[in-house]
Amino acid sequence: MRVLVAMSGGVDSSAVAGLLAEAGHEVIGVTLQLYDHGAATGRKGACCAGQDIHDARRVADHLGIPHYVIDAEARFRAAVMADFADSYATGETPVPCVRCNQSVKFTDLVQLAADLGAERLATGHYVRRLDGPDGAELHRAADPARDQSWFLFATTRAQLARSLFPLGGMPDKAAVRAQAERLGLPVAAKPDSQDLCFVPTGGYADILGKLRPDALAPGEIVTEDGQVLGRHDGVGRYTVGQARRLGTAAQADGERRVVVALHPDSRRVVVGPPAGGSRDVHLREVNWLVPPAPFSCTVKLRAREDPHPAEVIPTETGALVRLATPARAAPGQACVWYDGDRVLGGGFIRAA
Amino acid sequence: MTYLDANATQPLRPEARAAVLAALALTGNPSSVHAAGRAARRVLETAREAVAARFGAAPADLVFTSGGTEANALAIHALGAGLRLIVGATEHDAVRAAAPGAAVLPVDGHGVADLDALARLLREGPALVCLMLANNETGTLQPVREAAALCRAAGARLHVDAVQAAGRIGVDLRDLGADSLALSGHKLGGPQGAGALLLAPGHTLAPLIAGGGQERGRRGGTPALPAIAGLAAAAAQTAPPLAPHAALAPLRDAAEQAALAAGAIVIGAGAPRLPNTTCLALPGVRADTQVIALDLAGIQVSAGAACSSGKVARSHVLAAMGLDALAGEAIRVSLPWNAAAADIAAFAAAYQAMAARLSRRAA
Repeated sequence: MRVLVAMSGGVDSSAVAGLLAEAGHEVIGVTLQLYDHGAATGRKGACCAGQDIHDARRVADHLGIPHYVIDAEARFRAAVMADFADSYATGETPVPCVRCNQSVKFTDLVQLAADLGAERLATGHYVRRLDGPDGAELHRAADPARDQSWFLFATTRAQLARSLFPLGGMPDKAAVRAQAERLGLPVAAKPDSQDLCFVPTGGYADILGKLRPDALAPGEIVTEDGQVLGRHDGVGRYTVGQARRLGTAAQADGERRVVVALHPDSRRVVVGPPAGGSRDVHLREVNWLVPPAPFSCTVKLRAREDPHPAEVIPTETGALVRLATPARAAPGQACVWYDGDRVLGGGFIRAA
Repeated sequence: MTYLDANATQPLRPEARAAVLAALALTGNPSSVHAAGRAARRVLETAREAVAARFGAAPADLVFTSGGTEANALAIHALGAGLRLIVGATEHDAVRAAAPGAAVLPVDGHGVADLDALARLLREGPALVCLMLANNETGTLQPVREAAALCRAAGARLHVDAVQAAGRIGVDLRDLGADSLALSGHKLGGPQGAGALLLAPGHTLAPLIAGGGQERGRRGGTPALPAIAGLAAAAAQTAPPLAPHAALAPLRDAAEQAALAAGAIVIGAGAPRLPNTTCLALPGVRADTQVIALDLAGIQVSAGAACSSGKVARSHVLAAMGLDALAGEAIRVSLPWNAAAADIAAFAAAYQAMAARLSRRAA
């Protein structure tokens, strides 16, 4: 079949393109240009594309497949960057990768695949798409260390039906690299990408400072009853649950403290005991991968944490998640629901 | 495969190929004093005479360059030194990037330069004006002769980027009355790697690259002899009656009719245009999607000005024409010198199939 492969220039998506081409599919490679690399790195005269687009093109050349660069700069700015900056300014902690997946990748590229007569969009994500009795299901990757299902919770059932994730069953990253090497791909030894793709120079604070300088304005670190414990250098550097960057405020009366709330208006970071929090977590922009109805499951409030037992209840504006034990949920982050390895859906955490 | 992207590069003409191969067989640097050097020099000067004669300049007033971009940059660097720069709004980046801070000469909705605006801009003092003869995206022809008269009257200079026009319509520097004119070999059906800057009599040029003083001190570096020989051979093939200039127009019109029937809008149709070029907007469908869909169907066209990344950038040409909404939805179809009816039939079928699939979705 004709398959559109989203190629980032990294080893994972390159291996996907190579494996599908080897299997005899008609593979079309596309790489999204999400931002002007020359401008982002601040190097005058630097190419707008950067090394990753070059690498993707070289892999496509090696495989003998057509490859195209799609200008997604305007869409990425509107759908990902704006949300990223605004979230911090409202005291939330955004997940730009989820926003990017749900807009630029799984809305626009699934549409592009259809426009080009391709039956599927394939990506290098580590998740599994299984055919269940009611259609396509999203499952965790075979390799728990690489599983990206939390970042893909917002993929709709219609999008899943048109997607392929050939790496979801790979035992580990080494196996993917071995495939890339076997296929002679020029990126087989390329290091894994780090952090946020649109922050090529490192710290996201630079970008945030440009977009929303107010999020990096200094302010006070206070306890829940208003006692000032110290100073911080911008609420945008903090997330609910965070223990780092608190200085002397990280300990009070011999007790460990973590961030429990962010107040961007008064520029206050509120700290409290790590235990505590709430059992009720309200979600907006919910994606249901099963029919909306109350059910018990496990949920993950962060990309990397053990699942919590919980109950999910549909509401008019989204969903209510009732945790078995209280936890500190960070507004703006995703809460993703699981039944074992299967993703049942999820939503974005609302401020309590 | 159907190649309809001549404005990016033309297929190599067989006569050019023969000239390139003959020049490749020569050992010799035109600057050398020995027999081999003289043989190389003979090829170079024969090419110079032929190209100069073909486009209306004296051989001594022709500087070979690496291509159109360098010819434009050299003209702006040398003829614009110390002058204000006035640049047409739809000029190619080869000109725009060489003229930072230039005043912009606006165009109308068909892409034609506003001569009243030019007259006003010329009142502000000595200037070098850059106006292309034919636009690369739309094929729109500029009123260069009229602009030249205005410049002459105002004591200003005029540089003409004739990269797309040369070989496709009549181009003659003397007849245009401009001060300089840039050409590119591969847009004529020659090989990539050679271009030329033609000068009106009396202009001296300070080089961009001084090097060993080649090209009478106007462009250093050993000339790319095979590419120059190919340029000259290709140029000779574009001279009427060998290649009547309007010959491609009926084929272009047929392609346009097929696209119009499928819901396309022809951009710049209200102005005189190159006979080989049409700019087709399909409302609601991204230009890059159109280019990819056609490529997958074996039809090779382009959109906007492709950045070196291959990304299809938004067209500054269409934006300058006030067509912001369509600027991201237009493709360029440019017929090569050897286009045939079968190419147009293939294009028409692929375009209509694409439009049927994508316009329905956009509606």
